[in-house]
Amino acid sequence: MSEAGSMFTLQFDEAICASCPSGACLVKCQYLEADREQAKREMLKIFRGEDSRVLQECVTCYACEEYCKRGNHPFYLITQRREEKGILTAPRAITRQWINIGEPRGKYEVGEIKERALSFGFMPQFKDIVKGKLFEDVMPGYFFGQEYFCNVVYIHFANTAVIKERLPRVIRNIQELGVKEVVFMHDECYAAFSSLAPAFGMEVPFKPIHYFEYLYQRLEGLRGDIRPLHIRVAYQRPCSNRLCPRTHRWVPKILDLIGAELVTRTYQDENALCCGSIFRAMYGYDLAADVQARNIEDIVKSGAEYCVFNCHGCQNALSDRLARKGVRPIHMVELCRMAIGENPGFEVP
Amino acid sequence: MEDIKRRLCDIVGERFVSDRAEELFFYGRDPGLMPPHSPDFVALPGTVEEVREIVKLAFREGVPVVPMGAGMTLTGLCIPRKGGIVLDMKRMNRILEVNDRARYTIVEGGTPTGALKAYLDAHHPRLRFSIPDSPAATTIAANVMIHGQGRLTQQYGFNSDMVTGLEVVLPTGDVARIGSCSLSPDWFSKGAPLPDLSGLFLGWLGTTGVITKVGLKLYPRKKMREVEIFITDSPDFIPDIIYEITHTEMTEDINIFAQPLPLIFKDNHHVVVYFTGDTDEELEFKKKSVFHALDRFIKNKDGGFMTVGPGMKQSLLDMPQRSASTFADVTKGGGFEYSGPIILVEKYPQCSRKLDELAEKYDLKYHATARIIGRGHAMMFAFSFTFNRADEDMMDRVRAALREASEFALSAGGVFWKPTVDEQRRLLQAMDPVTRRLMQMIKRNLDPSGIMNPGNWEVP
Repeated sequence: MSEAGSMFTLQFDEAICASCPSGACLVKCQYLEADREQAKREMLKIFRGEDSRVLQECVTCYACEEYCKRGNHPFYLITQRREEKGILTAPRAITRQWINIGEPRGKYEVGEIKERALSFGFMPQFKDIVKGKLFEDVMPGYFFGQEYFCNVVYIHFANTAVIKERLPRVIRNIQELGVKEVVFMHDECYAAFSSLAPAFGMEVPFKPIHYFEYLYQRLEGLRGDIRPLHIRVAYQRPCSNRLCPRTHRWVPKILDLIGAELVTRTYQDENALCCGSIFRAMYGYDLAADVQARNIEDIVKSGAEYCVFNCHGCQNALSDRLARKGVRPIHMVELCRMAIGENPGFEVP
Repeated sequence: MEDIKRRLCDIVGERFVSDRAEELFFYGRDPGLMPPHSPDFVALPGTVEEVREIVKLAFREGVPVVPMGAGMTLTGLCIPRKGGIVLDMKRMNRILEVNDRARYTIVEGGTPTGALKAYLDAHHPRLRFSIPDSPAATTIAANVMIHGQGRLTQQYGFNSDMVTGLEVVLPTGDVARIGSCSLSPDWFSKGAPLPDLSGLFLGWLGTTGVITKVGLKLYPRKKMREVEIFITDSPDFIPDIIYEITHTEMTEDINIFAQPLPLIFKDNHHVVVYFTGDTDEELEFKKKSVFHALDRFIKNKDGGFMTVGPGMKQSLLDMPQRSASTFADVTKGGGFEYSGPIILVEKYPQCSRKLDELAEKYDLKYHATARIIGRGHAMMFAFSFTFNRADEDMMDRVRAALREASEFALSAGGVFWKPTVDEQRRLLQAMDPVTRRLMQMIKRNLDPSGIMNPGNWEVP
């Protein structure tokens, strides 16, 4: 790690953990078995730098960040300790590939960047769906490229060194654009500036806005254009949303506003299941196949006509199989555009 | 010469003969790095009878004849090194028969792979053949004649192993039928249970005759096709990974690639595994078998299955793939050539390291590709370089790098695939002398006046 990177240390309070009444971080974990006492014991062992089975068994679903209501960042701690102990979560080639993908080369601004701008992270493909009336007040005005990439994904790989190295530079790059508010189109990016950066003591000199909040406000302003969709939808909540759980409340609000019925599922809200994409890359077939099969079966059983995605990664992982089972995959932005009578880019029945 | 032109016109019609400089210019070169040499005439026959007549004319006059498909080998195999007549086969492009029960087809010698694919898509959607990754204009006859490989090579061997019969115009003008079609209307076997005479033509690069018809095996085409990519950071793991995957017998094609750009590919070796199935269950079972076959690598963190986005997936599932054309323009100027020896899979680490070394030594952009042949019996390892055609110095560096790559491959036990004339010489020098003598006997007997694609396979 560079000298600059080593300046950032995780703000984790041992006392908060020791006094935890629930041990929810691990008690609620869908992949590890632990009761309240075991949970507290293991987390304290981890904090003290001792060996813990959690360091070997955690599958990096990020959910403990949400389960801990006391804001103590259990997942970031697990990540940091794994890194210190050299415990690899992913095959070396997978980690290396992701580090290479995000290498800070490439910085693109499109249109006029005003005080409020959109960030596509390093995913220019957002330009295909981010259009129309909903984005009229900010578009065209977005930036993307590796030098604006949040780098949060590396916590899957127990590699905070890369984040500590790159994220301050990304913050600087965004600051240099002169923006005051940034609407992030991916919640991992939003979480980088609303959760991860503060957790490691990095200052964020602009206001991050989650695109859910932005969509809701725009839809409110366009109420007159909304034609209730009268469809039943399931929502695939991504791992990254666990890092910014307060934004999850916008999902039912948005769906309610556009007249889409959010079906009841076994795997939703705190009990959401991972899309399996990262599990597959890190651990092979069984875990990913089990999680995906349960998730898809649950969606199909719920009677949903559409499955709404927040993350392109999840959408890529599950779309084909859902479509073959008669459930139409759609991104949240496309669904909202559909509700104001815009063509989301495919035939609407 | 005027006399020959007139007689060629008599045979195929004036429209299908040319000695115009602008046309000879193009027929005198291919997209690779070999020096050009113009033919004297280009003739486009439309029937076997016309091919016969042209070859008989050439035989009588002692004029070279160079059969040509689409001219895509990149190694100069259709460049008429001693002038003469280039026999452009593209008018003979009819699909004569598809036997869907016995799963074979009979096509004329100039039929492009793209035409057969389109025909099967339209009329026999449950059948397919081993489509190579060369452009769709590539002809089936030329592809099998150079021992090409395609999408079904991992399962069934070289595309030439899938031949079920040949019709060949011999250098004397006689027409020979090879295989079951020599005594039956059915083209089901190129040899067995008879002596396999197809070996007198396949691999001979048009030096023993002109292929005018090909019987080709067709295979079941499943409804679904999928792709996964297993990546590892060391070439040393590749032979074991391939061994484990091929042992499952669950995959269609297996390719390997490594390249420094774009960054997503840097530092890793990518094993691209294709699956086919008629149902989700079939596909999933096959994938599961392959994933589990590689569990130990995943557990040891030596490799894993990367996420393949929809764009990359589509590009990988394309048949033929267009990635070679994209790669060819990396340096701008559209040049691309490779040395592609057939070599044991266990030599992958050495080949890969040699390519890295050559790219650094000659300062070139490179790409390594390998295609598994049979159940890992061998692979084609392509030492590929891209170059700017307007940059003579860069082209010289590529030539030097390719020469070194070939020398290395030969020393490592490999055999050149679709060899340049220079590589053919080196192969003949290195070959067992009795085998060389046998080749000499065959060549002299079939082509006593040496008119067929002279310069190639000239056994001293």
